[in-house]
Amino acid sequence: MLSLILILTAALFFTGIIIRVKSIASGRKGPGIFQPIYDVVRLFKKGVVYSETTSFIFRIAPTIYFASVVMAMLVVPFGKTKGILSFDGDFIFFAYILALGKFFSIISAMDTGSSFEGMGASREALYSMFAEPAFFILMGSLALLTGYTSFHEMFVALHIGSYISYALAILGTFVLMMVAMIENSRMPIDDPKTHLELTMVHEVMILDNSAFDLGLILSAGYLKFAIYGAIVVNLFIGVFPLQYSIPMFFVIQFVLASGVGLIESFMARFRMSHNAQFIFVLTSVSLLIFFGALLILGKFV
Amino acid sequence: MNLIKVFLAAPVLAILVIPFIKVKGKGIAVFSAIGLNAFLSGALALQTLGGQSLEFLFSGSLITGPVNLRIDAISGWFILIINFIFITGSFYGLFYMKAYQKQKNNITLHSIVFVLLHTSLISLCAVQNSLVFLIVWEIMALSAFFAVIFEHEKMATLGAGINYLIQSHVSIVFLMFGFIWVAIKTGSYDFSALTAYTAQHPGASGLVLFLCFFIGFAIKAGFVPFHTWLPYAHPAAPAHISGIMSGVIIKIGIFGILRMVTLIKTDYYSIGLVILAFSVISGLYGVMLAIVQHNLKKLLAYHSIENIGIIGMGIGIGCIGLGTNNHLLASLGFAGGLLHTLNHALFKSLLFFTAGNVYQATHTLHVDHLGGLIKKMPQTALLFLIAAIAISGIPPFNGFISEFIIYSGFYYWMQGSMIGQLMTIIFSVLALVLIGGLALLCFTKAFGIVFLGSPRQKFHHEVKEMPFLQLLPLYFIAFFIVFIGVFPQLFLNVIAQPVNVLAGVHLSGGIPFPEKASSLMQPVTWGMWIFILIILALWGFRKLLMRNKKITTDVTWGCGYVAPTEKLQYTAGSFVRSYSKLFRPLLLSSKTEKEVERIFPSGGSYETHIYDRIEKYLVDNPIASYKSLLGRFLFLQNSKLQFYILYGIVFIVSVICIPLFYDQIVLFIDFIKKI
Repeated sequence: MLSLILILTAALFFTGIIIRVKSIASGRKGPGIFQPIYDVVRLFKKGVVYSETTSFIFRIAPTIYFASVVMAMLVVPFGKTKGILSFDGDFIFFAYILALGKFFSIISAMDTGSSFEGMGASREALYSMFAEPAFFILMGSLALLTGYTSFHEMFVALHIGSYISYALAILGTFVLMMVAMIENSRMPIDDPKTHLELTMVHEVMILDNSAFDLGLILSAGYLKFAIYGAIVVNLFIGVFPLQYSIPMFFVIQFVLASGVGLIESFMARFRMSHNAQFIFVLTSVSLLIFFGALLILGKFV
Repeated sequence: MNLIKVFLAAPVLAILVIPFIKVKGKGIAVFSAIGLNAFLSGALALQTLGGQSLEFLFSGSLITGPVNLRIDAISGWFILIINFIFITGSFYGLFYMKAYQKQKNNITLHSIVFVLLHTSLISLCAVQNSLVFLIVWEIMALSAFFAVIFEHEKMATLGAGINYLIQSHVSIVFLMFGFIWVAIKTGSYDFSALTAYTAQHPGASGLVLFLCFFIGFAIKAGFVPFHTWLPYAHPAAPAHISGIMSGVIIKIGIFGILRMVTLIKTDYYSIGLVILAFSVISGLYGVMLAIVQHNLKKLLAYHSIENIGIIGMGIGIGCIGLGTNNHLLASLGFAGGLLHTLNHALFKSLLFFTAGNVYQATHTLHVDHLGGLIKKMPQTALLFLIAAIAISGIPPFNGFISEFIIYSGFYYWMQGSMIGQLMTIIFSVLALVLIGGLALLCFTKAFGIVFLGSPRQKFHHEVKEMPFLQLLPLYFIAFFIVFIGVFPQLFLNVIAQPVNVLAGVHLSGGIPFPEKASSLMQPVTWGMWIFILIILALWGFRKLLMRNKKITTDVTWGCGYVAPTEKLQYTAGSFVRSYSKLFRPLLLSSKTEKEVERIFPSGGSYETHIYDRIEKYLVDNPIASYKSLLGRFLFLQNSKLQFYILYGIVFIVSVICIPLFYDQIVLFIDFIKKI
């Protein structure tokens, strides 16, 4: 329950902070950090426009997409407190329920019959396929290291002690953040503020969505950021009592959000054709983590 | 005993009656014969799932020795799957075959082989005598062949059928070799001889024997590299046969492998590793080729290979569990494998039946000619979508449940393993994850291109939804897909008995399977229900909020371009283009291209073809070199009768003379050896 409240709170300001940091970095004042939430509320009030080509898939897809993200949020724990649901292998459930959301967002893009949206759908399907192995190997390494297979038990049992484990935690943070970037279609994989449909991934998929549906999709994106942020936080706070871990949660989420903002201000997006290779490199990084886990356990014979 | 006599009498009676009744009656005769047999065998099978094991002993004949029929829990499980798919399949077939009503004789043959196919498949699960097993196996292979070549006036169909016929006989050669080996050593055709022989001869011989059977059954099941018949046979067959082939005929290969696991006592650990290796390759290779297929049924056929890989992973983990005396691991693996067998039978037959609907409505299966079918055939589209989500292993449907159990098996195996095993685990998990991701890519493509967007081609006939009765069995299958997804424990209890038999729990007195698995699946079930509730709540909220909002319809946003045509849509090829560019080294693709040239272009074209690399190197090339070798002896076949008589005389003379000169020949060889 605690994790749910914290993630929801973080989702309120995470994207706002990214936008604010980007504004400040480019010398503007920028909107308030709750502007993304106001945008969603505004969208909720609007009338909807559907394309003639679309079917019921297009109408239900945003709902299912958002529901999948909410469901994924329910299994994420916070430190010593469990998520709403916690069971052996919940990280598998986490990844696969997100995949359901992706499935629907892809087919809803195909439903419009637009070549641009088809293009975005194709890219999204490919990238998310490449991102998943990294996540599973990372979780597998944690399972190996701790001997448990649920988010909560793994994070509680995770003690950062030796130098190798510091390295592992940093690599793990890197992998998780990159997966979050891919899932949320942010730099360096995708540029949400690009002006050309040909270079978009996620943005081009939702060109035809409007009103409530668009609001849902946007807020699902905010939630996803906060969820991955929470998982990263969990890597570090397993042993701390609540009065330290809750402030740490917000500090780390803030650092991550401003980090994303800074990256987006000073980096260019990768070439589209290099993205797949880059994402696959993440798998090798997560394999490094796996070997690190083997080292710690002394299983390198 | 009487039950079995009725079971055998029903198909014989049906076969005798079918040629003499009207076309409409034939279908009903087939359906009722199958229904009766399914009822009889299903009743027995249900008893076995309760924990009983049924045995019937027939005296047999002089050649075969006593014929033993045993239905244990594993047979029971497979018999139930076969019956379910056959009943839904034959009911669907009743309507699918309406288009072919005029081909009377053809339908007669088809009906007869259909009944035979069902009877032989059920019998294969029960027979415990290797000679009888081989005969029934042959009946099954032949009747499947005749069922596949229903449209035999098409050259491609016939070619696919013959390809299948040859490969299934290669499979029989391996099985025969294994059975004869044991029969020679022990003098008994009974299956228990296998156990006795391998228990007496530990070490390599059991392993080789198992591998021999494994290859034989793997050809049937479609493990890579023995899969090459499968992508031809499935698209060539009529839709209900494709569904049945993919749903149960290839599963009989899985059944064979499982049966051998229970019979042959050998080093299970190595066997497990071998099966795991084959499975990982099958899974990845199957889905990798599935993505680039443009024929809907061929795409589904390659997915069968992928799913056989996933089932195999379960069996592999199970065997490894047996080998390391880890009964929980063994039961997790076998449970995953067995449940995925059912799951795959369900969603794959549903996919093939819906593909059949698409074919009936549009007369094409080429995905790039289709599009926008969801508006014309909403029910078919919905059914296809359910099956597509299920086959991608995504919750809340059944595919996720079995994959989840297999994942749990892998992560459970991780505890206490050393580096070699850990590397195996991590790469298998990597493969399973990639398979899931690629399946998602593949089925978003298949569903998106075939059913969504706007039609890519105008048809001269009306495209319309199938009648409700034809869709009824499909809904029935879809119901089970959802049901297993949201109530997995129920099915875990059902497979508890077969899993315990396979994992040998009753022998060791270990923890019985259902407790652990139920505790594993309970929260997942909660998750599924919460998820469904969230969707419903959100949908209600959406309804509430949209109540008095303005809803406008307009054209799709074309980014400023106002006259888009349906040709501008993404095609199947373009949807997977970045994928096929990345995987080009592994795929064998050829393209022919005619570019648009000059000021007054005469038209351009672009075509790509994907070929199976393994098929090229393992089947085509050896056959080509074999052919060229045989081609050197073509001069013998000179169409002159005199020469042929001469060959005959030479042959007879040599047959008579060689024994006469045997001693001299031996002497000569000894002489050479001395030198």
